Amino acid sequence: MSNILEVNKVVKQYGDYVALNEVSLTVPKGSIYGLLGPNGAGKTSLIRIINQITLPDSGEIILDGEKLQPKHVQYIGYLPEERGLYNTMKVGEQCLYLAQMKGLSKAEAKKQLEYWFDRLEIQGWWNKKIQELSKGMAQKIQFVVCVLHKPKLLIFDEPFSGFDPVNATIIKDEILALREEGATIIFSTHRMESVEELCDHIALIHKSNKLIEGKLDDVKRQFKANSFEVGILSDNVEGLMYAITQKFTVGPANFKSLNNELKLEIQLGNATPNELLNILTQRGQVTHFVEKIPSVNDIFIQTVTQ
Amino acid sequence: MSIISLIIKREFIAKVRNKSFIVMTFLSPLLFVGIAAFVGYLSSMKADTKRIAIHDESGLFVKEFTSKNDVKSEYKYLDLSLIDLKFLKDSIANESYQGLLYIPKANSTKDFENKIQFISNNSPSISFIENIQDIVASKLTKTNLVNAHLDTLAIKNAESKVNISLTKASGEESVKGLNEIKIGIGGAFGYLIMMFIIIYGNMVMRSVIEEKTSRIVEIIISSVKPFQLMMGKIIGTALAGLLQFFIWAIIGLSLMFAASVFFGINVGPTARISPELMQAAQQEMTGTAQMYIKELWNLPIASILIGFVIYFIGGYFLYSSFYAAIGAAVDNQTDSQQFLLPIIMPLMLSVYVGFFTVINDPHGTIAVIFSMIPLTSPIVMLMRIPFGVPLWQIAISVTLLFGTFFSVVWFAAKIYRVGILMYGKKPTWNELYRWLKY
Repeated sequence: MSNILEVNKVVKQYGDYVALNEVSLTVPKGSIYGLLGPNGAGKTSLIRIINQITLPDSGEIILDGEKLQPKHVQYIGYLPEERGLYNTMKVGEQCLYLAQMKGLSKAEAKKQLEYWFDRLEIQGWWNKKIQELSKGMAQKIQFVVCVLHKPKLLIFDEPFSGFDPVNATIIKDEILALREEGATIIFSTHRMESVEELCDHIALIHKSNKLIEGKLDDVKRQFKANSFEVGILSDNVEGLMYAITQKFTVGPANFKSLNNELKLEIQLGNATPNELLNILTQRGQVTHFVEKIPSVNDIFIQTVTQ
Repeated sequence: MSIISLIIKREFIAKVRNKSFIVMTFLSPLLFVGIAAFVGYLSSMKADTKRIAIHDESGLFVKEFTSKNDVKSEYKYLDLSLIDLKFLKDSIANESYQGLLYIPKANSTKDFENKIQFISNNSPSISFIENIQDIVASKLTKTNLVNAHLDTLAIKNAESKVNISLTKASGEESVKGLNEIKIGIGGAFGYLIMMFIIIYGNMVMRSVIEEKTSRIVEIIISSVKPFQLMMGKIIGTALAGLLQFFIWAIIGLSLMFAASVFFGINVGPTARISPELMQAAQQEMTGTAQMYIKELWNLPIASILIGFVIYFIGGYFLYSSFYAAIGAAVDNQTDSQQFLLPIIMPLMLSVYVGFFTVINDPHGTIAVIFSMIPLTSPIVMLMRIPFGVPLWQIAISVTLLFGTFFSVVWFAAKIYRVGILMYGKKPTWNELYRWLKY
């Protein structure tokens, strides 16, 4: 079984409002799966269904080859976007309680907690109350609660909100380490740069429908426009421009460079890069030649505003 | 440990560790006993003797009053018939006495009826005036009888007093005042249930709101079912409440005991009565007390206690699931008011019905109906049980109560399930209804 999670044609309605319209997803084992979409697209509804907080109206969910059922809660670690802890309860007790709810024995929970408190260097917090901690500190505790029971599938909803850059990096490294240990991570966020950095698969949900899904590279390949950024030093700019505008669509480009060269973005259409290169090398010194790959941000905006 | 017992344990510990819980647990009995002792002390204080001047121009009544003077009575009557009336009226202002009873001369006994005046600066109590009227009236009646040449002694002998003794069909003799004891016992239990529901139902609601506002609820219900969370909360809070009541009972009883020893509340007869009389009185008293105790033992104690437990559980769970659903539907306590009213109403109603209707007629139509309606039955039926309720009525009432309980829990759980994940807006009744269908 190579997929940890399969979502098949899930429908969820609230009254007349359709939150999820036959959404299907496939999350491969060991992947970091970015679940993207604008606010109100249905991401949280889907995540809640996977967590068995709500039930779908129709469709089915397969977790690690089995139909989703109550015992699966212990295989899933969930960090919701709207999160919090009991303000007046001590950190240690609180974590033990939440871990026991996920099916850990008290002794096992304690062992895991000590491991994580050591690892994140927060040993001194055991007897503090949440109301004595800062927001970032409380977020760390939440992260620990989420991963304590060694879940196979981790679902993070906006995991970095509330963290300063130092702690965000710590958490990011922990997420990558968990993946190394074999966990699969579903990652819902609006921060495209972290998707770019972490995810190998993405899905985009918009207005209750899934629009895009696949390996990040495949998606990018699908969205690339076969255009290149070119830097060229030429004595005869007019001649060069004439030659390439005959065959290709040309626009200005903006990239950093040390030379004062001509910067162009060239749409290849059906031509190959070599055809362009031939023309360019005949008429000047090529200093920059890069295929323009769409960023996740571009893909997101392009899909959502279509 | 199963998940629901984990939740119960956490709720219980969270409640019991709460500072206000600890303070309330140990302070309220002190407060209660303190107030009771204070009231007792105040009422045991001897009021000042009030001096009443009597100016009786007829000379007919003054003896009737002065003969009633004794050390213990609140009023001391002074015969000042020889002193000038005007001077007496003036000296009321000097406060040498509280009031002046002026009885003018009259031609016939009929004449006295509207001529007597009581003059004072402050208006006297109604009972005092009635007492004076009684004294004057009985003297007038006597005088009339004498004037009519009737034998007052014969009339006095002819007067009779009746004391009807109450006997049950089973043949045992009952004591009067037993109904008061019965309503007292039923009322105490009913009132206890109401207090418990209001205090701990509110606590359940607060705890739900707390989880919702701190946003921890989403993490919890990703591990447990909302229904389990709700039931765990209700049960855990109930256990904390029972512990509190238990502590109250112990503290209350020991403080009451200490207080009665300290204030030396005197139950024996006073010393001035002769030893023989005292013995007789004591015998009579112990006889009556024995009868009361016997009667108390004859009460359906088992059914009262079993009834209390059943109606307590049914009533508390019924109402606290309402409270839980309300807590889930709103974001803060102020928003809860509009939804709380329909809950408080039947509770208040049942206490009123209990105290006004059940006392008058424990088996009347109104009492029976209200002891069947699930929202009022826990209190009203408990008040009726000491008077003996047919088994079939209890059976119907309990069946209705638990039937409603299960369906309300089901509805409440649905509202709860949707409500705990809805942030930031106060729902309308209409929206609550729609949540049931999600």
